[in-house]
Order: sequence, then C-alpha cells, then structure tokens
Amino acid sequence: MSGRYLGQRVLQALGTIVAIVLLNFLLFRLMPGSPERILLRNPNLSPQVVEATRARWGLDKPLLPDQLVAYIGSTVQGDFGYSFKFRGQSVTSVIADRIGPTLLLVGLGELISAIAGIAIGAYAGWRRGGLVDRVGSGASLVLYSMPYFVIGMPLIVIFAAGLGWFPTSGMTSVGGGDRPFPANLIDLARHLALPLATVSLGLIGQYSILMRSAIIETRSEDYITTARAKGLRDGRVLRAHAFPNAMLPMVTLIAINLGYVIGGAITAEIVFSWPGLGTLTITALSARDYPVLQGIFLLVAVSVVLANLAADIIYGILDPRVRG
Amino acid sequence: MSEPMGEPAIEPALTPPLTPGQIRGRRQWPLPKQADPAAPLLQVRNLQTYFKLGSGWVKAVDDVSFGLTDGEALGLVGESGCGKTTTALSLVRLLPTNGRIRGGSVELFGIDLVAKSDLALQRYRWREISIIFQGAMNALNPVIQVRRQIAEPIRYRLGQSEAASQKRAEELLDLVGIPSRRLGAYPHELSGGMRQRAMIAMALACDPAIVIGDEPTTALDAMVQAQILQLLEQLRRELGLSLILITHDLSVVAETCDRVLVMYAGRVAEEGPVARVFTEPRHPYTRKLLGAFPNIRSDRRTLETIPGEPPNLLNPPPGCRFAPRCPQVMPVCTEVVPPEAVFADGVRVACHLYETPVHETPA
Repeated sequence: MSGRYLGQRVLQALGTIVAIVLLNFLLFRLMPGSPERILLRNPNLSPQVVEATRARWGLDKPLLPDQLVAYIGSTVQGDFGYSFKFRGQSVTSVIADRIGPTLLLVGLGELISAIAGIAIGAYAGWRRGGLVDRVGSGASLVLYSMPYFVIGMPLIVIFAAGLGWFPTSGMTSVGGGDRPFPANLIDLARHLALPLATVSLGLIGQYSILMRSAIIETRSEDYITTARAKGLRDGRVLRAHAFPNAMLPMVTLIAINLGYVIGGAITAEIVFSWPGLGTLTITALSARDYPVLQGIFLLVAVSVVLANLAADIIYGILDPRVRG
Repeated sequence: MSEPMGEPAIEPALTPPLTPGQIRGRRQWPLPKQADPAAPLLQVRNLQTYFKLGSGWVKAVDDVSFGLTDGEALGLVGESGCGKTTTALSLVRLLPTNGRIRGGSVELFGIDLVAKSDLALQRYRWREISIIFQGAMNALNPVIQVRRQIAEPIRYRLGQSEAASQKRAEELLDLVGIPSRRLGAYPHELSGGMRQRAMIAMALACDPAIVIGDEPTTALDAMVQAQILQLLEQLRRELGLSLILITHDLSVVAETCDRVLVMYAGRVAEEGPVARVFTEPRHPYTRKLLGAFPNIRSDRRTLETIPGEPPNLLNPPPGCRFAPRCPQVMPVCTEVVPPEAVFADGVRVACHLYETPVHETPA
C-alpha cells in the first residue's frame, strides 16, 4: 500500500474527528436552558451565586475562543466533565464502567455473525438454488427484517421463562461475579447466552444476504471461468478466486457495523437489562444527563470514523486497485 | 503428486532434442492412461452443444466435426454468434449453466472427453487443453498478482512446490517477454498487450497439448495485435504447440493458421488448408465472407455485405442454414441439410452445389 493512500485516509479521518468535536461543542451549547440552572436546581438562587458559579465554570467567558479552547483542551485530556445523574462520577468513569459489557456482547455478536453470515452467504451463493441457499436465504431474510426485541422476546419466553435454562436479565447473579474462578465465568456465560444469540441472529441475516449477492455477482466474472478452465477444484475456485473478490463489499459493511458496536445494541441491551452503553444511553436520555450523552456521542462518532479508516486500510490490502 | 519425467510420447520430426528444465510445449509427462498413441491429437465428431432458453434449445453448435493434428494451427472463423467460441469451450465443457453437450464426441488422444464426468474432465483442463481468453483484463483475477496466477495451475495441477511453481512462472513471463521487474505486478498495473502476454504465459503453464486462443487479439490496437500474433507464432514454432485460434479477423488466420474452419450458424460451412480455402473459396458463405473483408491492396471499392441476418438458432431453417441469404440458393437447399463434399486438396464443403462426395479440385 502506498504511503500516499494511507496518508490521505488518515488525514481524512482526522479532519472528520475535528469536525465531530466542534459539532459536539456547538450542539450542546445551542440547547435551551443553562448548565448552572440545571446543576444548581434552585429557582430562588441569588444572582451573585449564579454569577459566581458561571465564573467558576468559565461560562462568563465568550463561546469563541475561550470556551472552545477550554473544551478542546479537556476533551483531548479525556475530561468530559461530570455526570448529572450519577452524582460525583466523571463522565469518563461512567462510560468506562459500561463499555466492557457492550464490547463483550456486541463485539462477540459481531464476530459470530460475521463469520457465520459470510460462510452461509458464500455457500448459498456458490450453490445457488441448493438446499443451503433456499433454507439459509429464507431464514436470513426473516432475521434481517426482525428488530432485536422481536428476536429477544421469544428467546426469553422459551429459554429463560419456559425452560429455565438461562437467566432472563442482567450480566451477573447476585454475588455471581465474586465467586471463585470457573464459577464466575460460567455465571457470566449463562447471562450472556441469550443476549448474544439475539445480537448474532439479528446481524447474521444482513451479512449472509450481502455475501450471497456478492458471490453470485463474482461467480459470473470472466476470471472465474479462467479458474475453472485451469481445472482447479470447485472449492479452490471459490476460496482463492471468488471469495477474496466477494469480500470487498463485506469489509466496508463489517467495519461500519463495528463502529456502531461501541454504541451498543440499544434494544437488545434494554430487553435483557444488559449493563452496557445502550442502556446507559437510555438512562442518560431520560435523566437529561447531557454530559454523559455528549461523551457517548463523541465516543460513537469517533469509533465510526476509526472503523471506517480501518475499512479503507483493509480494503487497500485486499484490493490492489485502490492503493493508487 | 508429481509424475516422473517420461519420454515425450509424441515426438514431432522437427523438434530439436529436449533439455531438462527447458520450457517446452512438448509433453514432459506420459499421455493419460487410456490414451491411444496412434490416435490423432484431437478428433471432434458430430458435436452438438445446445443452450436451454425458455422452453426451447438454442442449437449453438450442431453436428460440428473437425480434427487437429500435432503442431497444427487451426483457425475458427465466422461472424459473431456462429458458435466458434462455444465449439472451443465445449472441448473442455466450459459452458454456462444452461449449456449442454447433447451429442457427439471430443476425442483427445483417442479418449472421449464428452463421456467423462465433471470431476474426471477437470484433469484434462489446462493440462491438456488451455485457453487464452479474450480481454485479459477480465480474465485475470484483479486481486492476485499475475505471477501467482500463472503459478497456480503449476502448483495445484502439477503438484509442484510453491517455490518451483513461482520459479516456473517467472520463466514463463520471461518467455513471453514480460520484463522481470514486472514480476510482482497486478493485472491492472500492466498494459493491454502485457496482460495478453501474461495470459499466454498462463496458458503455457502446464505444457498443454492444445492451446485455444479465443480472440486473443481482439481488444488490442493494431501494433500490439501484431506483436501478440508474432509471439504466438514464435511460441508455436519453438514449442511445437497445437493451436486453435478463434477469430473473426481473416487476416490473422491467413498469417498464422495452417487450416481454417468456416462456421455458419452453428455448422461447419467449409474447412481446409488456409491457402486453398482463401484462394479458392467454394462455399457461397466463405466467398461472401472473404468479399466482406477489406484488402489493403485492392482498389477502394465498397465492401461486400451479406444481406439478411443469421437464422434464429432456436428454430433453424430445415435445410442449409445459409439458404435464406445465399445468392446461389436452389430449391433443394431449403429442404435438405447439405452433405459434406470432400475435395482432393483436403477441403470439405457442406453445400448442395457440390453433389458428389469426392470432387476434383476446381481449376
């Protein structure tokens, strides 16, 4: 890959992140109401106290450049202020507490569904009209069209409430996380099973449908005929020639989805009361916890940008034509 | 997997003695087990390849027979859609999913390939019959280095080691005149002519008995076209390749081929030595075809055209398929499929103008 291509992509990503930071600053300054009134929550405050508070937080200074400089300075240092809802906790620590469960649930779900979806889609497309295609593509379409809570509800009804195999919600039983080594992991796995199944099933359809059409498109390319003319086995034609080309559109989709992983699968997390960023978003929204929302917004936006950068780089490795 | 270096089974009279490691078109391994050493290299008999289209069958190749002897170059000519490419691809059954070989035989060293299962047929692809596709830009995989694509059949079909296949691929690229600094190139990094050279190198990878050139120079400009043809001709002479060249460019056939097969609407119209067919065309279609070709030495008169268009091959006319457009059409032509008349100079013609089976060469 040429340095020029890489440099261009990195610069583009950096530019986008700067724009996001500026937008994040302006968006929340444009909201009605004033921070000191929300925080102090007392309508009968004397103007002197309000003024003193404004001065303490730098709100008496003009938006540009003072407030913006201060904002950028603290953002770069990872300081996003303090949560309104979780009193005394910094936004950073509130988000840090929730990021692990989300990465575990959505990251793992993304991984499982990408591998399974690509495998099913590739096979269905290669043997178009075969059994895998008819069963797999039908199921994929149904799953793709179902929101997480529609997938999650029946799973809870059958496997948690009905059969009692798995707990209905949460990430640990009471005291479950404090048990000795294998027991705490098993407890986590039992809690993870249903939400993970929901997230995986929800994503698998999307991947397999796209992969199927990519393989079908690739299959009619001339170089596939060349590969067959070479007398290569069917499996090798698929693996070595059709698959790498069909993966090109998949890389972009996977990377964009990975960016959203950080945001959490909100409905899936809510259905299973999973303590991730998705439930945090809902909590912060209903409590009007602007600093936390601002933090989540920035985190999701930046990770989408970084995931896209990763997609561009991987694309460049897979497809020599875009390296330039 | 690698088979022992056997004595070349078919030794042409004029090939110089072989040295190990030299890139050769001659066989470096024995003939397939069931092969008949006395049989001609390739004998196609009454080949019928149809395509399923809606409720009917398109008779794309109907009753085509021809032979190819060792070291020979055969030109397949005819207008677009006459079944040239389908005929060639039928040899190794590289047909679209709706294509079927409905009858006839393709005998390579006396082994009928039509009777082979798909898996058994794979063994003959590339190793015995390889193809130079037209439009190398699309026929080469865009995301794999050209050298790796050439090495692939050596690695996977001949069972050579990765290092040996790569080395052989480099030799082949050198042979077709691609400079060694372009070894790591991807298809899009090469010019059209270079890509076609790479395609030729790939076709030579397994020392095939027969190379099919499917319009190998169509997409190239005249200068590059000439270079590629020169390369093919040189390789053919040096490696003793047997070549089937599909083209609608008659001058290419005149320059490179020993024999020519003129096809019309899925059937053979005329076949014979290039010198004979081009100087003494006997089938009215061949005459029209030659008349429709610009000649740089002749005066600038308007080119001849053939009125009408080729028949619909879902429902071809019952007699001679050229009858509706033929200037010399007779009543019998629209009813009876013309039998092949064989002339003493080796030309055979499917036309009612020549009724008796064997003819004297016309004066």
